[in-house]
Amino acid sequence: MDSLFQRSLDDIIKGLRHQQAGESAFVSKVLEEVRREIKSTDSHTKSTALQKLTYLHSICFVDMSWAAFHAIECISYPNFTHKKVGYLAISQSFQESTPVILLISNQLRKDLKSNVEVEVSLALECLSRIGNLDLCRDLTPEVFTLMASSRIPVRKKAIGVVLRLFGKYPDAVRVCFKRLVESLESSDSPPIVSAVIGVFCELASKDPKAYLPLAPEFYKILVDSRNNWVLIKVLKIFTKLAPLEPRLAKKIVEPICELMSKTGAKSLMFECIRTILTSLAEHESAVKLAAGRINELLIDEDPNLRYLGLHALAIVAPKHIWAVLENKEFVIKSLSDPDPNIKLESLRLVMEMVSESNVVEICRVLVNYATKSEPEFCNVILGSILSTCSNNVYEIIVDFDWYVSLLGEMSRIQHCQKGEEIENQLIDIGMRVQDVRPELVRVGRDLLMDPALLGNPFLHRILSAAAWLCGEYVEFIRNPVELMESLLQPRTSLLPPSVRAVYLESAFKALVFCLHSYLKSAHGENGEASGTTLIQENHITPDSVLHLLNLIDMAVGPLSGSYDVEIQERARNILGFTELIKPVLSDSLHPQDERHKQQVEASKMVRLLHDTFSDELGPVSMSAQGRVPVPDGLVLHENLADLEAVCGSSLPASSATISFEGSHNVEGATSIFISDQKEESEPSSESTSLLAEHRKRHGLYYLPSEKNTEHHEANNDYPPANELKSGVTVSNDAQDLAKLAEQSFLPKRKSKQVKARPVVVKLDEGDVLPISSKIPQAKDDSLSEAVRDVLLGNKAAADSVIRKKGKEKLNAKEQEDDLDHMDSQSGTVQNPVKERSKRSSRKQNADEGDHGGDKGKQKRRHRHGKHRTREGVQNPPANVISQTPVPDLLL
Amino acid sequence: MIRFILLQNRQGKTRLAKYYVPLEDSEKHKVEYEVHRLVVNRDPKFTNFVEFRTHKVIYRRYAGLFFSLCVDITDNELAYLECIHLFVEILDHFFSNVCELDLVFNFHKVLVLP
Repeated sequence: MDSLFQRSLDDIIKGLRHQQAGESAFVSKVLEEVRREIKSTDSHTKSTALQKLTYLHSICFVDMSWAAFHAIECISYPNFTHKKVGYLAISQSFQESTPVILLISNQLRKDLKSNVEVEVSLALECLSRIGNLDLCRDLTPEVFTLMASSRIPVRKKAIGVVLRLFGKYPDAVRVCFKRLVESLESSDSPPIVSAVIGVFCELASKDPKAYLPLAPEFYKILVDSRNNWVLIKVLKIFTKLAPLEPRLAKKIVEPICELMSKTGAKSLMFECIRTILTSLAEHESAVKLAAGRINELLIDEDPNLRYLGLHALAIVAPKHIWAVLENKEFVIKSLSDPDPNIKLESLRLVMEMVSESNVVEICRVLVNYATKSEPEFCNVILGSILSTCSNNVYEIIVDFDWYVSLLGEMSRIQHCQKGEEIENQLIDIGMRVQDVRPELVRVGRDLLMDPALLGNPFLHRILSAAAWLCGEYVEFIRNPVELMESLLQPRTSLLPPSVRAVYLESAFKALVFCLHSYLKSAHGENGEASGTTLIQENHITPDSVLHLLNLIDMAVGPLSGSYDVEIQERARNILGFTELIKPVLSDSLHPQDERHKQQVEASKMVRLLHDTFSDELGPVSMSAQGRVPVPDGLVLHENLADLEAVCGSSLPASSATISFEGSHNVEGATSIFISDQKEESEPSSESTSLLAEHRKRHGLYYLPSEKNTEHHEANNDYPPANELKSGVTVSNDAQDLAKLAEQSFLPKRKSKQVKARPVVVKLDEGDVLPISSKIPQAKDDSLSEAVRDVLLGNKAAADSVIRKKGKEKLNAKEQEDDLDHMDSQSGTVQNPVKERSKRSSRKQNADEGDHGGDKGKQKRRHRHGKHRTREGVQNPPANVISQTPVPDLLL
Repeated sequence: MIRFILLQNRQGKTRLAKYYVPLEDSEKHKVEYEVHRLVVNRDPKFTNFVEFRTHKVIYRRYAGLFFSLCVDITDNELAYLECIHLFVEILDHFFSNVCELDLVFNFHKVLVLP
C-alpha cells in the first residue's frame, strides 16, 4: 500500500522547490515518510526512500546516520540501481566512526570479485571514500587482484584506491607496491600511467625520501610523455625529490628547460617555472630562462597570469633578487591594481626588494599609497613597513632621524591601527639609540601638543609612548613648561586610565627637571656637567615655576580622588611632592627672604628625585632573569610549596611561575628589580622574597599572574611599604617599560659600532623571544618504512618472511625467536624449516620489487617494540594471503 | 590534492558538494557559506584564485553557477582551472546541454561523477 503512494525523488525535489516558506516543516514531513518507508522489505521502496534521504542529507544537512543499516541492506540487492543508491548513501554518510561499517566488508568483497564491471567500480569507489583500517586490511587482497585486471577502468580505479589503502593500512604496501610500480612502467595505457603518477605524487609529498629509488622511472615519463596532466604531476614529484639528490637535479634540468620553452600550455610552463625556482635554484641558466618566462607572464593581460607571475617572483625573491629588481616598475604598478590578491603579492615583493639604499624611497612611496587606499590595505602596508624596518634590530635603517619622523607621520595617517607596534618601536629605539633621542622627543612633543589626536582611540598607545619618551628624556626638550601644559591639558580626560597614568608620571619628571634646573641656575651651582647648556637654554624663571605649580594644583588636584588606582597613586605622588616643595620654594622665590637652609633643603629634595629619574634605562635581554644568581638564603621552591598549601586551587597554576627560572615572568618582582639597576642581586631578591611572602600571606587577593598591564600596576601597589617612594615611582616607569618592551633586564651592554650610523644598543642574545623548537610533524613512519623496505630491502629477508607467513599458525613469540635467529645469521641463509620450491624463483628477482618480506624483516629489526602489535594486525591478512598461491606475492 | 568541490549558485544554494576530507556537518555548512561569500563578491576581472584558510580556492563562474575547487597551496592553479572546465564539459555531455535544473533533479548521478 505504501509503495503506491511513495513519492519519488523528483516529487520531493519539486515539492521542496515550491515551498515558499516552511521548508523545515516540509523537510520534517518528508523525513517521517522516509523513516516509515525505509523499513519496508521491498527493495524498490527502500532504495527510493534511501535516495530521498541522501538528497536531504546533501542539501539540507539532515542527519542520516540512523539509516546506516538500511543502506547496507540496499547494497546487497542484486538490482544494480538499488545497489547504486545504497553505495551512494554509504559514500556520503559513512564515516570512520559509523558502528556498522564492518558489516559492509563482506559485501564489498563480493562486489569486488564480481564479473560485472560497474559493480566492481561501485565497490572500489565506495572503498576509496570510506575505507578505514579494518576495511582496507580485509580488502587489500581483492584490490591487489584487481590491479592486474584486464579492464582498464577497473585497473585505474584500483590504483586510485591503493592510495587510500596505503594511507590507512600501511602494510598494504607489501602487497600492492610491486604492481603499482609495474603499472608505472606500462606506458601503453595513459590512463593507468596518470593514475599511478597521481598516487605517487600524493605519496611523495608526504615523504619524498622513500620514493627516490623510483626516480629513473619518473624521469622516463618526464621525457616521453606527452600528456600535460601527467607531466605536471611528475614535475611536482621532482620538486620534492630534487633537493634530496643533487645528481638528480643536474639530470632533470635539461629536459625541464626544454619543456618550458617548447610547451604551449601555460599551466605546464608555470609548473616548470615553479619547479625550477623551488628546487633547482642553483642552476643559474635555468633560473634565467625561468625569469624570462616570468616576464612574459607579467605583461599578459589575463590577471590570472599576472598574479602567477608575481607569485613566481615571490618564490625566487630570497635567492635571486635580481629577477625581482628587473621587473621593479611592474611590481610597483601592481600595487594599485584593483584586485586585492595582486596587491598583496606585489606588496610582499616590494618588501623583499627593500635594502639600505632604497628604504627611504620605498617607504615614501608606500606611505603615499597607504594614504590613498582603503583602511584594510593601508594597515597591511603600514604593518609590512614596520616589520621590515624593525627586522633584526633595525638592520636596514641608517638614518634614524628620518625613521622616527616617519613613525610620527604614520601615526597621523587616518586609518592607522598600528598604534601598538609604533609605540613599541618608538620606545625601543629610544632605549637603544642614544643619538636620536632629541628627534624622538621632538616627534613626541608634536604628537602631544596636538589636541585633536586625543580623541582617536587608535592613537592612545602612541601618545602614551610619546609621553613616556618626553618624560624620560626630558633634558632634550626645549621648552619643558610647554610640555607640562600639554601633558596636563583638560582634554587628557579622554584618554584611558593607563595612558593618563603615563602622562602624570611624565609630568612629574618634567616638573622635577624644571625645578632642578631652576634651582641650579638660581644658585649658580656647577653640579652635573652633562646637559648644563641645555638647561640654561630653558629659561626657567621663578614665574614659570609658580605657574607650573599652580597648573599642577589645578589639573592634578581633582585626580587625587579618581577611581583608578594608578592615577590616584601618581596624582598623590605629585601633589605630595609639590606640597613639600611649595612652602620651601615660595620662600626662596621671593628674593627678600634669605632662608638659605630651606633653599638647600629644597634643592636637596629636588636633586634626590632628579637623580632617581636620570638613571638610564636600557634594553633588557629575554634571558636576563634567568642569569640572576640566586642568593644563598633564598630557597625558591619552599616558598612556592607553602603557597600551594595556603591557597590551594584558588591560585592558578601559573602562579607557580613566580620562580625566577623562566624568563617570561614579569611580576611585581621584576619591576622592583628594575628600580635598582646597579645593585641587582642583593636588595632585589630581598624585595622579591618579601613580595613572595606577601603574596603567600595574601595570596587570595592577588590577581592571576598573566602578562596584563592592569595587573602589573595593581601588583605594583602591593610592594612592601618600606620602599622609598622614589623606588616605587621609578618602578612605575619601569612598569611601562616592562609592559611595552620585553621581559627581564640586564645591566647595560655596550653596543656595536656601526659606521656612520648612530649607535644602536643590541644585546648579544635575548633580543627576541626564543622560538620554541618546532616539533617535527609526525610523519607516517610506518608507511615510509614499508615503502623503503620494499624498494631497498634484500631478498633473503623475503625468504624468512615467507617462512614466517607459512608459520603464522605459531604464536608470535616463536616467530620472533625465529627471526632473531635468522637475523643473527647472515643474509642468505637457507633455513630448511619449510621447503618451498618457489624460493629459487624468488631469489631470481633482482629488481626493486622485493617487497613484503624484506620490509617486514627490517621493520621488525628496527621496531621491535611495535612488533608485537603488528603481529596482531598481520596475522589475519597473512591468513588470507597464504591462501592465495605464493608466486602472486613475489613475482 | 583536491579537498572539496562545490557547485553553488548566486544565492548561495549548494547544488553539489563533494568532500574528499572528513568534515563534520556543521563544519561543512560553515565552509560552504564562507566559500560562497568569498567567491560571489569578487569582480570578474580579478584572478580566479583566492586564499581560503590554509588552502586555496580556485573557482570559475559558468552562467549562474560557481564551480569552486579547494586545493592545497602548492598545487598548480591553471591545471585545476582546466579540471573545472573538463568537469563542466563532462556534465554537458552527460546531460546534453546541461542547465542548473538538470543538476538539481539528478543530483545522484552528478554525485558519482567527480
